[in-house]
Amino acid sequence: MSDPTHSGAAEAHDHGHGHDHAGHNKIYFVIGAALLVGTIVTVLARYWEFNSVALTVAVALLIASIKAFLVAGYFMHLLSEKKMIYLILATTAAFLVGMVGLILWSDADLPRGSTNKIHYVP
Amino acid sequence: MDIPYTVKPRPDTGLYNAKVGIWLFLASEVMLFGAFFSSYILLRVGAPDGFWPDVATAWPHGLLNIPIGTFNTAVLIISSVTVLLAWASLKEGNLPKFKKFMAATILCALGFLAIKSYEYNEKFTHYVIRLKDGTAVTGHLDIDGKSPRFWSLATVEAKKLESIKVHVDVPNQFRYPVGFKHGPPAEAEAKEGGHGAGEHAAREIKTADIALLQAFIPKTGTFFAIYFTMTFLHGLHVLGGAIVMAYIAFVGDGMWKTDPERYTNRIEVAGLFWHFVDLVWIFLFPVVYLL
Repeated sequence: MSDPTHSGAAEAHDHGHGHDHAGHNKIYFVIGAALLVGTIVTVLARYWEFNSVALTVAVALLIASIKAFLVAGYFMHLLSEKKMIYLILATTAAFLVGMVGLILWSDADLPRGSTNKIHYVP
Repeated sequence: MDIPYTVKPRPDTGLYNAKVGIWLFLASEVMLFGAFFSSYILLRVGAPDGFWPDVATAWPHGLLNIPIGTFNTAVLIISSVTVLLAWASLKEGNLPKFKKFMAATILCALGFLAIKSYEYNEKFTHYVIRLKDGTAVTGHLDIDGKSPRFWSLATVEAKKLESIKVHVDVPNQFRYPVGFKHGPPAEAEAKEGGHGAGEHAAREIKTADIALLQAFIPKTGTFFAIYFTMTFLHGLHVLGGAIVMAYIAFVGDGMWKTDPERYTNRIEVAGLFWHFVDLVWIFLFPVVYLL
């Protein structure tokens, strides 16, 4: 769809591309189903539990990242976009990493001998 | 005056202008939600689990309805597929089919909001009660058979109730934070009441024994503050998207006759926004419901 010759009504009333659309729609269904399965796996992963905070969080975020890739890549067609869009997103990613990094950096600023995490200490 | 490049790609970007516009907007949205997710991480990492040592600063678990949250995630994913099918229908030149898929998308959006409202109401009628002996329970009040919204200890005192009936929560697996498969240490277990076999039924609590009674609203503590802020902001995006899509599909559809290419592009741009809203929820759901 990013291809200018492939968008808009030049094609809108052209039924000759019916097979092409059917192919696209099939991809959308497959990705949609994969996202639903991913959601169920995320929930199941929490039920299973891994007896490790780091592993549980890592698994949940890994599945979420895969789902995000599918949405961005196929639903938002980012796998085949124009350079301008990639440029915008690369800039955003750099600023996002900077912002999140600087905010989370504050968590490293703790007094000696103290801990930032207390588990069930009444 | 004609607006340039609503259909034809601009030579330097290779894109029609609205598409560059929506991506710039989504870039700013990434920064907005990025700031909230950063706040979430800071609050989450710094908070002790459970309701200890303080209801306001600790991080409770297992208080959100996971099956309902999962279902709502599915609703949003399905709406992302239907908006794509709507756009593809326009590409085929099939306006009636397009409208059907847009109607399905908007119904999903409204369904999502209805379910979220139900969840919010569930929290507004759900309470944490900390007693003066140091124990705490969560559960629903039973005032003439139903749990009222937004009560506090001041409300109970103002109504001059000497005691209140509470249906104490049956603790579930998610009551414990990740990594605590077998529950919290015994000392914390003893302090968080409501875990004993006989305590699941209604329990009468004397008003004089209560140190704190609080419905689950943003001011209850850091968890609910960030939960309500992030899900409400996301909900506003769902509502905004639904309004815009409804307008384009059912009020502004005259453009299909005058400028079908531009109309199709509008749907593509609205769809990009809608997928972004889905994408935010993909991260929001596990972090607030599951972790």
